[in-house]
Amino acid sequence: MTLAVTSPAFKANARAAIADPQLQGVLRQGLGFVDRRQAAIDRLPEFDALRDSARDIKDHTLAHLDLYLEAYEERVRAAGGHVHHAVTPEEARGVILDICRKAGAKTVTKGKTMIAEEIGLNDFLEANGVVPVETDLGEYIIQIRHEAPSHIIAPAIHLNKAQVEADFRRVHTHLPENRNLAEPATLLAEARTILRERFLAADVGITGANFLVAETGTSIIVTNEGNGDLTQTLPNVHIVLATIEKLVPTLEDVSQLLRVLARSATGQDMSVYTTFSTGPRRGDDPDGPAEYHVVILDNGRSTMLGGEFQDMLRCIRCGACMNHCPIFGAIGGHAYGWVYPGPMGAVLTPALIGVDLAGNLPNASTFCGRCEEVCPVRIPLPRMMRDWREREFERHLSPVTVRSGLALWAFFAKRPRLYGLMTAMAARALALLGSRSGRFRSLPLASAWTRDRDFPAPQGATFQSQWKRRKR
Amino acid sequence: MTARDTILASIRRSLGVSGREAPRRKAVADRLREHPPGVVPARGKLAPKSRAELFPRLAAMPWQRERTLEVKQGASDGNDLAAVSHAFGAVAESGTLMLTSGKDNPTTLNFLPDTHIVVVDADDVAGDYETLWRKLRERFGAGAMPRTVNWITGPSRSADIEQTLILGAHGPRRLHVMVVGETE
Ligand code: SF4
Repeated sequence: MTLAVTSPAFKANARAAIADPQLQGVLRQGLGFVDRRQAAIDRLPEFDALRDSARDIKDHTLAHLDLYLEAYEERVRAAGGHVHHAVTPEEARGVILDICRKAGAKTVTKGKTMIAEEIGLNDFLEANGVVPVETDLGEYIIQIRHEAPSHIIAPAIHLNKAQVEADFRRVHTHLPENRNLAEPATLLAEARTILRERFLAADVGITGANFLVAETGTSIIVTNEGNGDLTQTLPNVHIVLATIEKLVPTLEDVSQLLRVLARSATGQDMSVYTTFSTGPRRGDDPDGPAEYHVVILDNGRSTMLGGEFQDMLRCIRCGACMNHCPIFGAIGGHAYGWVYPGPMGAVLTPALIGVDLAGNLPNASTFCGRCEEVCPVRIPLPRMMRDWREREFERHLSPVTVRSGLALWAFFAKRPRLYGLMTAMAARALALLGSRSGRFRSLPLASAWTRDRDFPAPQGATFQSQWKRRKR
Repeated sequence: MTARDTILASIRRSLGVSGREAPRRKAVADRLREHPPGVVPARGKLAPKSRAELFPRLAAMPWQRERTLEVKQGASDGNDLAAVSHAFGAVAESGTLMLTSGKDNPTTLNFLPDTHIVVVDADDVAGDYETLWRKLRERFGAGAMPRTVNWITGPSRSADIEQTLILGAHGPRRLHVMVVGETE
């Protein structure tokens, strides 16, 4: 019952996204994250050194993951918490439902967690009589729309305020019809009031974890709203849902990672709330949950260790790669067809649900390299997308037109003189044909390109002949 | 096999290790004991006086003398307009407060009231997070933490609707920091 996968229809999804005027209106605004990230980095001369440090910490942890996992579990238990393990999404859902049932839970509040999306937790809980309430504003909006998040840190980025207003009027029917919901501020105020009641009434709070600290058995969440923090403070039971690669050794190590996380994500020096939770409330604590559970999920990640995709497990889910991706900027997140969009999704999704279903995604790249350039843990995303393409090709999953096109190209590429002659001729012919407008609206054999955009007519000689000339 | 054994076995198979290798075990034990600091930005390494100045100073607050003010102790039920907490420390590097949960510092005060006032001793304003971790270990012991440690950097906010930044999402709309006392 995990989220429906539409990644195989990526091309159709992308075409629909480009033809969707509302979505294009939102996308055309661009992402404010990009400039703010740059400004934050300009204020911190040590940023690149911190990125190296962050990468090294993650590499070290992954190379010793079994031992850090054991050390972490021991600390959680020492603090009075419970650790559960789940190999598959089914197991994780079962464990969580079990805890909810034992607590007699009717409603659970949820902090933002991508892992819950990955295992389709909301639908499952609902089908089993437990009502999940998303508390992050963006997550709440898409929950009442029955949609998936379109961005890992800004889940409702694909919507405009008029759409949100319509949804609030549709769902919050007990409120006066003539209330003013024209501005983001009034929309937020309404959500705050409604969710405040839910926070106080919930029996169980479920959060994700940005990091798990082996030294102390601590789980960490990072928010700006304070929603995840109320989620894990007010109910009697706090459940943390996390995957194995969230581990870091020490509080010092996590401080290195936190220094690059918010700067890369939103351009803040630090997010507003970074909350460290260790075990349940202590004897004389005036508030906090009486029970603390951590559910540690693998879902295929352990098999990525030691192989060509291990580096992906360094990801700290900042979203910088998608913020800087021209493909994401053109089509938004939903077209990727599962939980994780953008460059990180193009690499992670095939690893989690298989290249048969997600083979299209690694092709959704111009190979401009911006994603790797901005990644705070220096994940070689383009290299890994190429690796997936190779696998897709080897497994004969690429379409016949691509295969025969590549074969034709390979024939000429192995014969450089012939290649030079043919490309020069083609360039001259195209230049002649397109000389009037400088572009083609349609071209035989290139209709996939020209359907949604013009093809510029070549100007001047081919790259190879210019290269030869300049070397001299 | 339990789920735990399956996961550990799969990790070890992928890494080509047994989990019993002495050098690996030593590397992990050393790191957990020594917690090396990594790269600490220079912006946090300021003289004590200028660190305290990074926080806005408030005039002495006369609320204890206000007869019309209802003053309560303990956790919040969500109906309080203002709360006062005491911070374990603060970090000049990013203007971050660090609060620890405990008998006198309910965590709900950090999130439920509209206005949050946090008092911090000037001596507890550190340059960087690492300094406060050292202090925390001294207070609670190595490897131990209170139930909740909150880093707070400004009032609650959201930009989830059309990327418009609005203060006061679920937590306080206003945050006031009072730095008390002088540093040398
Ligand atoms: S791959 Fe890198 S840039 Fe993308 S979300 Fe993960 S950490 Fe951020």
